[in-house]
Amino acid sequence: MLEIMLFVVFPYVALAIGIVGTIYRYLTNQYSFTSLSSQFLENDLQFWGSTLWHYGILPTTFIHLGGFFLPKLMFIMHSTPETLYLAELAGKVLGIMALVGAGIMLYRRLTVSKIREITTPVDWIILSLLFGQVFFGLVLAFVYRWGATWFLHTATPWIDSLATFQPAPQYVTALPLAHKVHFLTGFLLFALMPFSRLVHIATFPLSYLWRRFQLVIWTRRKASS
Amino acid sequence: MKVRSQVSMVFHLDKCIGCHTCSIACKNIWTDREGAEYMWWNNVETKPGVGFPTQWEDQEKYHGGWELNDKPKNPELKLKLQNRLQTFGNLFSNPAMPTMDDYYEPWTYKYGDLFNSPLGDDQPTARPISRIDGKPIDIEAGPNWDDDLGGSNIYAVNDPLLATMSAEEKQRLFSIEQLFYFYMPRICNHCLNAACGAACPSGAIYKRAEDGVVLINQDKCRGWRMCVSACPYKKTYYNWSTGKSEKCILCYPRLESGQAPACFHSCVGRIRYLGVLLYDADQIEDALKVPDEQLVERQREMILDPHDPKVVAAAKESGIPDGVITAAQNSPVYRYVKEWELALPLHPEYRTLPMLFYVPPLLPVLNATGANGTQRVETDLFSSLENARVPVRYMSRTLAAGKDELVIKSYQKMIAVRIYKRAETVGDVTKEEADAALAKAGMTAEEAEAIYHLTSLPNYGERFVVPPYSREGDIEEVYDPQQRKAEMGFGKRQGPQRGL
Repeated sequence: MLEIMLFVVFPYVALAIGIVGTIYRYLTNQYSFTSLSSQFLENDLQFWGSTLWHYGILPTTFIHLGGFFLPKLMFIMHSTPETLYLAELAGKVLGIMALVGAGIMLYRRLTVSKIREITTPVDWIILSLLFGQVFFGLVLAFVYRWGATWFLHTATPWIDSLATFQPAPQYVTALPLAHKVHFLTGFLLFALMPFSRLVHIATFPLSYLWRRFQLVIWTRRKASS
Repeated sequence: MKVRSQVSMVFHLDKCIGCHTCSIACKNIWTDREGAEYMWWNNVETKPGVGFPTQWEDQEKYHGGWELNDKPKNPELKLKLQNRLQTFGNLFSNPAMPTMDDYYEPWTYKYGDLFNSPLGDDQPTARPISRIDGKPIDIEAGPNWDDDLGGSNIYAVNDPLLATMSAEEKQRLFSIEQLFYFYMPRICNHCLNAACGAACPSGAIYKRAEDGVVLINQDKCRGWRMCVSACPYKKTYYNWSTGKSEKCILCYPRLESGQAPACFHSCVGRIRYLGVLLYDADQIEDALKVPDEQLVERQREMILDPHDPKVVAAAKESGIPDGVITAAQNSPVYRYVKEWELALPLHPEYRTLPMLFYVPPLLPVLNATGANGTQRVETDLFSSLENARVPVRYMSRTLAAGKDELVIKSYQKMIAVRIYKRAETVGDVTKEEADAALAKAGMTAEEAEAIYHLTSLPNYGERFVVPPYSREGDIEEVYDPQQRKAEMGFGKRQGPQRGL
């Protein structure tokens, strides 16, 4: 029963809260959508923390998503020992980058008084969870090696079963505790998105690649140009 | 021809007394909020000096404005900060981001200590404390920290423009008995090719088509901070509390109700003029793809004559209301910038097409030569330009992308007006001498009279020709602009607060 709660109900609830909540917040309070950058108040630690974190966590997240949505591609990529080694190495390097980055950001918020001043309780929760999540991810990577392959036979079919509304928690219930914590924290972070600054992920400014440089806007009339 | 209207500004530096009333008027209305204390949408700088934020003119440090590639055959404009792809790489930590140290740390005083200190032998004091973390601080910088310290070898010597000047010119700036300085009030230039808007990853910064005011949509701003770096004038500011960037809004709620912006309205020296310029938006790109020394002339060419029937017809075609065209015809800015060519844009070489123009200050020039008050106005003045106490080059570096002739022409006209009026009122200059001065400056007596009037005697309605707005028809409701005073952000229906 607990397993159904944790690995079937909770993921659905978390996803629902994350998606509906973020959309609701966007529609009702767009003003609150910001990265809340604190680079203006402290620049040196911010550079190392934020850069390492984002450059580590973004590829890691995409690789995880690739495991869910393109398992065949991932399987082909991991099918020879060389590529598997490469995947294992890349994952560990990126994970360590993210962990160090999150660590620096935590240290920065704890020690720089100006930054502590503008840190909200939710910031502490989010940052601690992210740090823990990356930490557990690295534990999996180092203790239970070759995650690039076992991932495809445990987490992928589980997510697949959730996505097709035929939940099959048995794929993950037999896994060690560290795995379960990692999975559940992932969904918890998703659920916390609309209640935290994590919404800035949802407004990644991709349109900057093609938008016009100068925006000229009429209040109501359509411009003749 | 695509005609657009721009509410533009002229600051007459000869009249600025450096009283900072404009800064205070602005501060009291717009930026006395948490996160905005350090912002001075309007500030007054002593020049030569480092300005605010410190050394904002040093674009090798801040990477503001636009750059032209060095291919004369195929000129391309690009942001000095970064290209579109680099923007994504720098999103997480902007390498050219000015920090609070480049501005100053806002402070208040622990006034409570004056009342609550225990009885003792010493007078209680109100110690300065940071307005960010409340800790005691040593005040070491402020928005006009080098006020009146032109010639100082601690402050003014760090003026980035001095790097481009000869040793002899520098000598003149710092020789102790010839010290000079002038004041330069600065607000957002409401540029036609705004670098802040072009650098914004979210596309939150836009130009209002009706009046050309450049605004940051507070709902769309995501706090990526690129505008702060990209604006070469450092006139967008990052609100450290709300996580949004903010800038001068040219008091558009005041403009919409027919009033001049607060800094204009409160100006004690009456140095400020506001009026509509009509310009040809089709020329923007070409006007910027020219070498530095042509920039000012090309910008003047873009500005259209509102009395020309062809321009009026094209303006109507482009959807500009008759009232705005009439306002453009009465615009004092048009006269200063285009008709008289007295006013010049600030650092046109940043290639943002700033729409705030400055009449260069004449007074230090006048005091340059002649022995102790024996200066002959009509003869000495013109020759003094070459060895003026303010080197012309300093002014041309500031206002004409290094083209001395433009500054000299402006000065010659102002001097001719003085000689002309002196012949009329004091009489120690003959009419022939005055006519010769006018001829040398290439102007008529009527023009001199008009310049004199608009410089010395203009009333409120002549200085500020605010175009008619029809906002009540454009928006559903009218809000009291004072309603959200002292809250975070502005113009919000919900009480703005820091995100979660």
